[in-house]
Order: sequence, then C-alpha cells, then structure tokens
Amino acid sequence: MKNLSKSELIFKIFAIGLVTVFGLMALYPVVYSFSASISGKVAYEAGRVVLLPKDLNFQVYKLIYNDKGLWISFVNTLFYTVFGTFWSIFITSLGAYALTKKHLLFRRQINFLVVFTMWFSAGMVPLYLNYVNMGVNNRWGIIVAFGVQAFNIILLRNFFEAIPKEIEEAARIDGANEFQLLFQIYVPMSKAALATVTLFYATSRWNGYFWSRMLLTNPMELPLQVYMRILIENYQSMFENMPIDLPYAADSYIYAVLVCSIIPVMIIYPYIQRYFARGVNLGGVKE
Amino acid sequence: MNQNYDKEQNKFLWYLKIIFKEYQLYLLLLPLLIWYGLWFYKPLAGLLMAFKNFQPNLGIMDSDFVGFANFVSLVDGKFAPQFWRAFRNTFMISLYGLLFGFPIPILLAIFFSEIRRDSYRNVVQTFSYLPHFLSEVTITGLVLTLLYNGEVHTGPIALMLIDFGVIDKATKIVQNADYFRPMFIMSGIWKEAGYSSIVYFAAIMGISPVLYEAIKVDGGNKLQELRYVTFPGMAPTLITMIVLRIGNMIAVGFERVILLYNANTYETADVLSTFVFRIGLESGNQSMGAAAGMFESLIGFALVIGANFISREISDSSLW
Repeated sequence: MKNLSKSELIFKIFAIGLVTVFGLMALYPVVYSFSASISGKVAYEAGRVVLLPKDLNFQVYKLIYNDKGLWISFVNTLFYTVFGTFWSIFITSLGAYALTKKHLLFRRQINFLVVFTMWFSAGMVPLYLNYVNMGVNNRWGIIVAFGVQAFNIILLRNFFEAIPKEIEEAARIDGANEFQLLFQIYVPMSKAALATVTLFYATSRWNGYFWSRMLLTNPMELPLQVYMRILIENYQSMFENMPIDLPYAADSYIYAVLVCSIIPVMIIYPYIQRYFARGVNLGGVKE
Repeated sequence: MNQNYDKEQNKFLWYLKIIFKEYQLYLLLLPLLIWYGLWFYKPLAGLLMAFKNFQPNLGIMDSDFVGFANFVSLVDGKFAPQFWRAFRNTFMISLYGLLFGFPIPILLAIFFSEIRRDSYRNVVQTFSYLPHFLSEVTITGLVLTLLYNGEVHTGPIALMLIDFGVIDKATKIVQNADYFRPMFIMSGIWKEAGYSSIVYFAAIMGISPVLYEAIKVDGGNKLQELRYVTFPGMAPTLITMIVLRIGNMIAVGFERVILLYNANTYETADVLSTFVFRIGLESGNQSMGAAAGMFESLIGFALVIGANFISREISDSSLW
C-alpha cells in the first residue's frame, strides 16, 4: 500500500470489511437453501443446519425430479420468456426507431402518450376487466398483452438517437428504406443497448407472477413462479398426508424448489452481468 | 368562412400527404400504438366504472351512474377505516424505505470505490447484485421460511434473532403485525441495495482523480475527502435518485406485500394496491376497487409531476 494516511487506512479496512459482509449476506440465503434441501430431517429440525448441510440426503431432489407439474411449469416459463421477450423487443425497437425521426408528424404527441404510461395507470380493476374481456386467459394472451415498458422504449430511443446521422444519410443515398435502415444499420449498431433491454424484458418475464396467477385458467399453462407459490402455500398440508418416516423435512422440499428457481438465474448470470451497469447508466431519461 | 374551411381541408390533406410519404415510419409505429391502445388506453376509459355502480352483467356503459358516491364511501363511509389504514401504511412503508433503504446503496458504492483491487471488488459486487434478479416469489419464499417459527422447526434467521434476544421464543414474526415493516424493508434492502449501488458507483468513478489528489496535497483527511470531493461529485445523481424515489412513493412493491402479508398483519401491511386488489378483485366490489385504484393513480401522478417540478427547479434538468 502506497503512503496511505492513518484515516484512509482505517476507512479502507472498514469499507472492505463491510462490503464483504454485505456480499456474503447476499449469498447466505441461497447457500442455506441448498444446504437445507440436502440435509437430513433430524439435523434440520434440530436447527443444526446453519450454513453447511448435515446428514447429506439427496432424496428430496428425486421428488422434484418426479414432479411433473414442476417440469411443465418450467417449460412454460421458458416459453413465456423466449417468445414474450421477442415480442416485447420487436414492438419496442420498431417504435423506438420511428420515434427518433425528428420530422415525424405528431412525434411529440406520440412521445407523450408513451411517457404518460409511466406516470399514470388505469389501476388493477379496469386492467383486469380489460384482460378478461379481451380473452387473455391463455399462453398467447399472456405473451401479447404484457411486456412493453415505456422506460425501455425511451432507453432504446436515446441509444438510437446517439448513432451518427451521417451513416443513415449515406445509406439513404444508397436507396435504403426505413426497414433496411432499422434492421441493417440501427440494430447491428445497437447490440449493447438491445442486450440490456432484452435483459430487462427477460427478467420481468421470467419473474412474472401476479397477472399469470390472476388470468391463466388452464393449470397446464402456469409458469414456474405461480406453480412455486402454490407449492409454498400448500406444502405443509401436503406433507401431513404423507408417511411420517421421510428422511427429509417438509421444508427441505420447499428449499429444493427455491434452489431450482435460482439455479437457472445463476447459470445465465455471469453472461448477463456486464450489461447491468450499462443499462442503468443508459437509463438517463431525457426528452 | 369559406376560406377557413379550405384551410382546414388543406391542412388535413397536408397531414395525409406527409403520413403517406412517410408511411414506412408509421407502419413501424403501428404495433406500439395498437399495443398501448388496447392494453393501456382502453382500460383507462374503463375508469368510468369508478363513477358507476358496476354490474358485470350490464357492463360499464349500462351500469347506473352514481357520481362520486364510491369515492365518498371510501374516504368517509363503509370502507373508510380500511382505506385510510392502507393509505397510512403505504406512506409509512415508503418513508421507512426512504429512511433506511435509500442511504445504504450510497454507502455501498462509496465502500466499493475504496477497493482498489478490481478482481476482488468485481466478485463482491457481482454477489451483491444477484438477489435483484431473483423473483419476488423466490425472495418471499426465502423470507417466510428463514423467519418461520413453529413447533417442530425454527428458521435460521428467526433462531438467530431469538438467540440475540431481539424477539422472544414465542414470537411468530411472519404472523405478527409489529414485525411486518422491518421484515419488508430489510428484505427489500437485501434484494435491491447492491443493484441500486451501481448508479452511485458510476457517479463516483466519474469524479476526476485530480480532485482527490488536490485535497490530499492540501492535507485533507478521509472524512474531509468524502465531504468535499465524493459527495459533491455524487450530488447530481443523488438528487435525481431521491426525486425519482419521492415520485414513486405510492408504489411499494405490490407483489412483495401480497406475497408476505396475511390477515394477521393487515394492520401494518395492507397498502393501497393490496387494498384495491382485495376490495376490487377478491371481494368483487369492482367499482369501489376502481375508485380506490384511481385515487392511488392520481396521487402517484401528482407525486411524479411534483418531483419533476422540484428537480427542474434545483438542478434545471428535467427527469423526463
């Protein structure tokens, strides 16, 4: 360490310590869940599982593996995330591109209509009645009716606006139309921004819970989050009807389910994390 | 008269001509406009039901018009106690969130910036962002099980709290209205503090190193450095974030509340959005729910506009 003063040194040690504690706290519930899911019933119920697993027992994952509903809901969530994100990105990028054009008639008014959606909402009841009225009670309904966020439109629009106009003019002289400009110039030049917006849309699709629970009528179409919540609400009574001599606690089952919901996020996480900071900093919303 | 008419018509034709000329752009805009029309502006018209005695079999248009009766019933009638409770809870939770949740990401960012070794800092930062990407169902599932206090088993965090004497053995945190707000605020900090620190961290990284060197040459200690360099450098971001936060005071994470609360904790947990949900969708009193929802939206709208106005006054940069 190069010539640090005493106050700097104390502060640095203090800072590093606190930040480390915070980082560990962020991880603790995840680690604990995994440990609790593979611990034996006796050790778990006696409260001996604090961080690491005790009396290793993987049987609960056999139960998970055989839970057909869980797998179906998992595949459903993949479906909602992939198609839903695609749909959101499609509408968002088309609209954001058109809104960058200064000469667009009614541009200000349309911008206002977009921004207004961030300020005001019809509220849950009219929204619900509208969804029901429009037949949003199945997979495609959920995909189509949700997922455009004004914030992301503005984010992408700001990014598109920062692309030098000379490139566009050159392409126009070569006879490119708006569609070619968007898909062959703007989209390839905005990969970073598109990745960020994709990340935002995909997380909200993956994590979406409330409206899916309210609207979907067919149990085969439920996403993972809804299926998981129903399990969390009912597992106590579910286990009461099972033979008592299970080697794992009922809670282990719920922890295992939680772990299963965290694992996919953990797998993708290293690949997406470089886009967070960019997304947050791009979000400087300007008119 | 005649001339005016011509002018109007010419203007209309002129619009048509331009739209026709730029038809490709409007074609690109069309999906967005239709989407907002169907899923945002159409339900907005449905707000009319807040002024009616809505009957599902009659529809919004044919239900009886009752004027402001629903609103009166909310603020000074049958639903008033519940409504004002939700109103109070919403602002209390927001206020506590502001008080405790707002400073922590700032401190985290300052501490992160102290770590000069990039590899270690990156690891810790990456850890701290992770909870942001977990779903509310997962987060609340963890909270409920970690804090569970039952006959056969006690969750590890509840156990820790008992050991430290924060709560006594019989206290069921999850079922106790006294503990809802701390539980809500702290789980929120756990989930979002790391991720929220990104924007402050970026602000700190943007401060010129020359300023730090200058204060060092002048013999300033660490606290003076924070006071005269780091904080002023963060000020614009700080102001923007606090204004944004105030503009969003009415939105207190509906999903997390609904996943964490229960009939025993309504007293401190029931917020406006959950009240709207229970009245309007669960109990089927849709007009009342629409009225309460409209009330909520209007306050939210006023807060956003007010926050934007303040932001323009103090930093002459409008948020929108």
